[in-house]
Amino acid sequence: MNKDILVCGVGGQGTVLASKLIASSAMDNGEVVHSAETIGMAQRGGSVTSHIRIGNEVYSPLIPKGHADMIIAFEPAEAVRNLSYLKKGGIVIVNKQPVKPVTESLQDTGYDGVEMIEYLQKKCECIVVDAKAICEPLGSSKFFNVAILGVAVGSGKLGISKEWMVKQIETRVNAKFVEKNMQAFEAGIALKGDF
Amino acid sequence: MKKEYVMGNGAIALGAMVAGVSVVAGYPGTPSSEIIETIAKYNNGDIHLEWSINEKAAMEVAATAAYTGARTMVTMKQVGLNVASDPLMSLAYVGVKGGMVVVSADDPGPISSQTEQDTRLFGSFCKIPVFDPSTPEEAFQMIQDAFDYSEKYKTPVLFRPTTRVCHGYASIEVADSFETKKHDDFEKDSSKWVIFPRLSFANHAMIEKRNPQIGADFSNYKYNSVRGNGKKAVFAGGISYAYAMEYLKDKDDVKVCKIGTPFPFPEDFALKALEGVEEVLCFEELHPFIEEELLKLAGKHHLNIKIRGKHTGDVALSGENSSESAREVIGSFLGLPDSCEQIDLSDLPKLPVRPPVLCAGCPHRASFYAVKEAMKGKKAIFCGDIGCYTLGNAMPLDMVDTCLCMGAGITMAQGFNWTHDDCTSFAFVGDSTFFASGMTGVANALYNEADMILCVLDNSTTAMTGHQPHPGTGRNMMGDVVDKISIQSVLEGMGVKKIETVDPLEFEKAVSVVKECAEMKGVKVIIFKSPCIAIVKSDKKMTISDKCINCKKCIREIGCPALITVDGQVTIDSSLCTGCGLCSHICPVNAIGGECNE
Ligand SMILES: Cc1ncc(C[n+]2csc(CCOP(=O)(O)OP(=O)(O)O)c2C)c(N)n1
Ligand code: SF4
Ligand code: SF4
Repeated sequence: MNKDILVCGVGGQGTVLASKLIASSAMDNGEVVHSAETIGMAQRGGSVTSHIRIGNEVYSPLIPKGHADMIIAFEPAEAVRNLSYLKKGGIVIVNKQPVKPVTESLQDTGYDGVEMIEYLQKKCECIVVDAKAICEPLGSSKFFNVAILGVAVGSGKLGISKEWMVKQIETRVNAKFVEKNMQAFEAGIALKGDF
Repeated sequence: MKKEYVMGNGAIALGAMVAGVSVVAGYPGTPSSEIIETIAKYNNGDIHLEWSINEKAAMEVAATAAYTGARTMVTMKQVGLNVASDPLMSLAYVGVKGGMVVVSADDPGPISSQTEQDTRLFGSFCKIPVFDPSTPEEAFQMIQDAFDYSEKYKTPVLFRPTTRVCHGYASIEVADSFETKKHDDFEKDSSKWVIFPRLSFANHAMIEKRNPQIGADFSNYKYNSVRGNGKKAVFAGGISYAYAMEYLKDKDDVKVCKIGTPFPFPEDFALKALEGVEEVLCFEELHPFIEEELLKLAGKHHLNIKIRGKHTGDVALSGENSSESAREVIGSFLGLPDSCEQIDLSDLPKLPVRPPVLCAGCPHRASFYAVKEAMKGKKAIFCGDIGCYTLGNAMPLDMVDTCLCMGAGITMAQGFNWTHDDCTSFAFVGDSTFFASGMTGVANALYNEADMILCVLDNSTTAMTGHQPHPGTGRNMMGDVVDKISIQSVLEGMGVKKIETVDPLEFEKAVSVVKECAEMKGVKVIIFKSPCIAIVKSDKKMTISDKCINCKKCIREIGCPALITVDGQVTIDSSLCTGCGLCSHICPVNAIGGECNE
């Protein structure tokens, strides 16, 4: 398998965990995996990007621009920020809830994510996820990153099966939260075809 | 054996452990910090592991351990090597017995550093070998070789990964346990270990004779390699080799030469690689190091080869390389059309910027604001330093007028003192920075009778680089609890007459302490003591009552990220607020209250 997957979001959204789950799923199935995280200086609230590269003939730790098969974005503007990495014909799975910059209150930009989602829909195949709504029945939106992973797996385009991912969630996630994460994951998968 | 999926820094750590390293010392700094943190995770106690107080200390600790034949490693970021350059330069003359590897991580970009300096130049400056890995997997192997070469030639060697290698993840096969290499007792011999002009002269000559031999040895080293054929060649090293290969992996009609040991340059290898080549492109980051080595070589051997790179304007002189720049630069060198199809993003909407800010509830914010409040309407200059508190420069705090390098703020405040009569000089220094290089600055101020106020921002950790312990925290990297070094006692010992310790979250008191110090002559120190909220979690929260007149003064004055507006109304984001209480001191109508940290 040759796949380049970019996961992005804002510090604190669980980007790193999501990318670890994808990387380890692929690895457990014998794939050669490389990944790299780019985290800015920000302690919180900064952009976080994780590049996952699956396949033998990989050299650059970062996905070359125009090469990503899929972008999984936990935040609309972060999806747009990284869109240059997507290949023509690639797919974006994006959470529709915006995260305003922490400096927003000092300098009102009126950012609400809507323009970003419209832009994505104009430019590429795009699954817009209302992660808040998916997670509502769970009583917590904390696990929304895994719900979005569920959507990505359910789309059939991640190249990672449900079983592989379930195994990772069971082994890699803090035992206390496995059940909730599994529910979030299932809820994401269940959205299949429902976009 | 088991497979571990680790960061490049983890691979370096594990490689060193496989090589039997038994003393490891370093000082934190992005992108190098995880090397020591990884060793701590695997260490069963056989390896002496330490966060030294700075890079110079680390270098010296590792040096004598290597005099006994032990294998030792020092880790730091590139600017750390400036601090450690004094011992390294002399050590290069004296040499070592056991393998000693100095890891200095470069940061092209720069992504999180003050400079874009190139550690390879330190190699040629000190005349010691340099290893330059291009992937985490290679780093794992190469650091083991680095120990062997160091021992073979009895010299410390430099190992310089860059950010993308340090922070990239890959799978490494590691043993289930590690064994440290045995060493002897130190053999006293003052003709060998005591540096004197005579020894330096003799050893300088020895080094100049030895280095070409190392270069010849490196010519057969597996990480100096060539693939492909043709009249054109691309020379690359480090991560740039990975970018070049990403572009050239399917092309055989161009030579791609990897330089894994840029110094001493593997001349025989390069000469052989250049056979039949008419034109070369050097694709590397930072200094045109390989390029200049090839220019020298071409001059020396009268080679009729066109050498392109940074000196010819083909490759950027500053900043990072990337797969994209490889495609562009190498593509144009080979005369290939730009083949990459990309989505047209010429109409990209304006993206929200997410600048780094102090965390909600960060005690540094309160310290800066207390000083700002106390000095309102008075002339003052604020010399900052390096750490999370550099972010005190951002609006609306705007409390950092200068920042240069670690520990500099204290001495820089003194310079202003001698040029401004009517102005109070402040210096801000973090606790880790104080121990690293702040103490000498205080001695300088006392001795030379400066008037200044030093604010020590003691948050009980080295926050910026990932919360490492330091001498003030009472924990070390062997997992031991040790006596804390008290900053107050250090200052008392030096003879500072006015020292005040105050919790910046006790805001009124903090302001009055600053005011009091500003009225006095001499060296005054205020220790603002309150832990970083990332290490001492708080579940306290503040709330805004309906007394709020929505004047937004709280937002305008301190810029805490937890203070937000929702539909135009000032609100506290309870998921971010730590209840530090700073905003409650600003509200003119006392609308902010709740369970507060004070
Ligand atoms: C010579 C040198 N070594 C290491 C670093 C990396 N570095 C940046 S900030 C910092 C220390 C910050 O700790 P502290 O002074 O306690 O401030 P805090 O981040 O906790 O606010 C270090 C080690 C550097 N910039 N320069
Ligand atoms: S109490 Fe006020 S200043 Fe402190 S974290 Fe909460 S909102 Fe920010
Ligand atoms: S990590 Fe700690 S020191 Fe750094 S900004 Fe956050 S609270 Fe302040």
